[in-house]
Amino acid sequence: MQSRGKARFRGSEAANGLAMISPTALYATLLLAAPLVTIFLYSFWTDGYLTIVHEFTLQNYIDVWSNEAFRAVMLRSLGVSLAVTAVTVLTAFPVAYFVSFHVHPSKKSLWLFLITIPFWTSYLIRVFLWKVILGYNGVVNSGLMGLGITDEPVTFILYNVNSVIITLAHAYAPFAILPIFVALEKIDRSFLEAGRDLGESPFMTFIRVTLPLAMPGVISSVLIVFIPTIGDYVTPLLVGGPEGRMVANLIELSYKKLDNYPMGSAIAISAMGIVVAVSLLFLFLNRRYLKGGK
Amino acid sequence: MTLAADKPTMIEFKDVHKYYGDYHALRGITATIKAGEFFSLLGPSGCGKTTLLRTIAGFEGISSGAVMIDGKNMEGVPANVRPTNMVFQSYAIFPHLTVAENVGFGLRKDPRSKAEKAAAVAEALEMVGLKGYGARAAHALSGGQRQRVALARALILKPKVLLLDEPLSALDKKMREQMQVELIKLQRQVGITFILVTHDQEEALVMSDRIAVMFEGEIAQLADPETLYRRPNSRKVADFIGTMNFLPAQILSEHGGKVEVDAQGFGRLTLNADQVSSAPGGTGASIGFRPETLTILFDGQTATDRESMATVEEVVYYGDMTYYDIKLDGTTEAMRLSMRNVFGRPVLDIGTRARVAWAPGALVLFR
Repeated sequence: MQSRGKARFRGSEAANGLAMISPTALYATLLLAAPLVTIFLYSFWTDGYLTIVHEFTLQNYIDVWSNEAFRAVMLRSLGVSLAVTAVTVLTAFPVAYFVSFHVHPSKKSLWLFLITIPFWTSYLIRVFLWKVILGYNGVVNSGLMGLGITDEPVTFILYNVNSVIITLAHAYAPFAILPIFVALEKIDRSFLEAGRDLGESPFMTFIRVTLPLAMPGVISSVLIVFIPTIGDYVTPLLVGGPEGRMVANLIELSYKKLDNYPMGSAIAISAMGIVVAVSLLFLFLNRRYLKGGK
Repeated sequence: MTLAADKPTMIEFKDVHKYYGDYHALRGITATIKAGEFFSLLGPSGCGKTTLLRTIAGFEGISSGAVMIDGKNMEGVPANVRPTNMVFQSYAIFPHLTVAENVGFGLRKDPRSKAEKAAAVAEALEMVGLKGYGARAAHALSGGQRQRVALARALILKPKVLLLDEPLSALDKKMREQMQVELIKLQRQVGITFILVTHDQEEALVMSDRIAVMFEGEIAQLADPETLYRRPNSRKVADFIGTMNFLPAQILSEHGGKVEVDAQGFGRLTLNADQVSSAPGGTGASIGFRPETLTILFDGQTATDRESMATVEEVVYYGDMTYYDIKLDGTTEAMRLSMRNVFGRPVLDIGTRARVAWAPGALVLFR
């Protein structure tokens, strides 16, 4: 009986399915789930001087959330990533719209290819290049002074929040353009003609037809930009200066400089919780659009 | 079918040309469509029928000529202010809106109150048989329902002209036949000029007051369905609409409108002027006839007009009809002949010799 049941399972669709996803599942478990669970566990333990005290406690979270510095950095991270998201998506939309609606179909792939050019260079190098562009003796400042617009270098664009926003917005532009482009491409052009046919001007057709139908792409862009930027580590470190530090830098500080793994883990989990909450808020607000269409 | 000759002109094409780069899509279209008419543009794909329809809607500009709607030249008038509405081939039902929002889409600038507009939407939905569907999500509708929503959405704006771009091509056969009848009734009810684009000749014949048959950017023939079927003006039109048999013929003499011919299988005939196609076809003259205009005579039946002998070459039984391929004596090619099956009458076997009755009035001469 039992062996027959086993044989049936082995030949069944479910078994085939499991066999097929097992490499991916293994990969996901080892490289994603396991580290996450480790950090989650660490966040409830305590840092003994040389060991970790394996006792459940909420003290780390209480410490983190009552810490003024953490709250300030967390708020700044939120503010920066929201600003980056807004700037990126707002500038990405016209680009995606142009490529989708005004570029000849045979040239679209070329345009998308060109848009990905910034990715040909390593992220680190791109951030360094922004330092060169925005710096005290950088391209922007020498340009401004050369043209006589300013007498001395402007300083509000380096080693602060502004430079972090500029650098991140540039880095994530293609990520924002592509989902919006895909959403715009999916819009049947007869919808736009129908909008015109039913008496709406091109602008009102855009507002009433194109924009709502492109919303799924816009929301994807928002999430794709928002989620990684809030945890970005390299950019604030290199161009943020002291007042541009973000939450990832704080986590690094706890782990490495302070050698307090549980505290770092608690900050990481807290930041993750906030990202999840904000993302869910986006999804909830736009559920209507995501639900529409097929 | 109504005679529209006395009705005012709604749409007028004056020598309309349209080029896409080097491609000459419309080649001098001149035609008028009467108010309240059910008019069809019929032709194979790529003949320019959809392009012509889109020049009325304002989605395509024209290279030269003029498109007039209700006496006004439409040059430079954008689609959103033209007195036309369209039912798109894909229906173009907005997926992000409900059925009622779709139907009421064009009412934004309507000065009526919200309640009055809602009532108008409900009324339009009822007219197309979708009463109570208003709150449904558009993407949950079936093909037939989408089409009804598209109709309601266009008709609620009370356009002077309703444009239908292959509206039935996405439906299955049963649904299509049902919608054909519904569209005819709807058109009679609202009295709006309907212009239908279709590649389905049967659909055009069933629904239209008049049909323009188009080939390669030109109107080959513009006539009512019966004329188009009985008296096609060229072999091409005859071939496109229904089945037409052709037999070689020789023109012997022409005088006073009458034409004397010697046709293979039929012998010497005198045809009236209206039986002679105007458009020259090229490779010699031929006599054409529809499959149902020749009748096989069974035992005891006598021909009312003429009679020939033939051999049955092929039999295709369809239940209500039987199609015979027969070879008239003195001809080399088999002709298609259709007979309605009557109870008690046998279906002939291949190889049977049969008497065939015909009338000279049913023949058309193509030159």
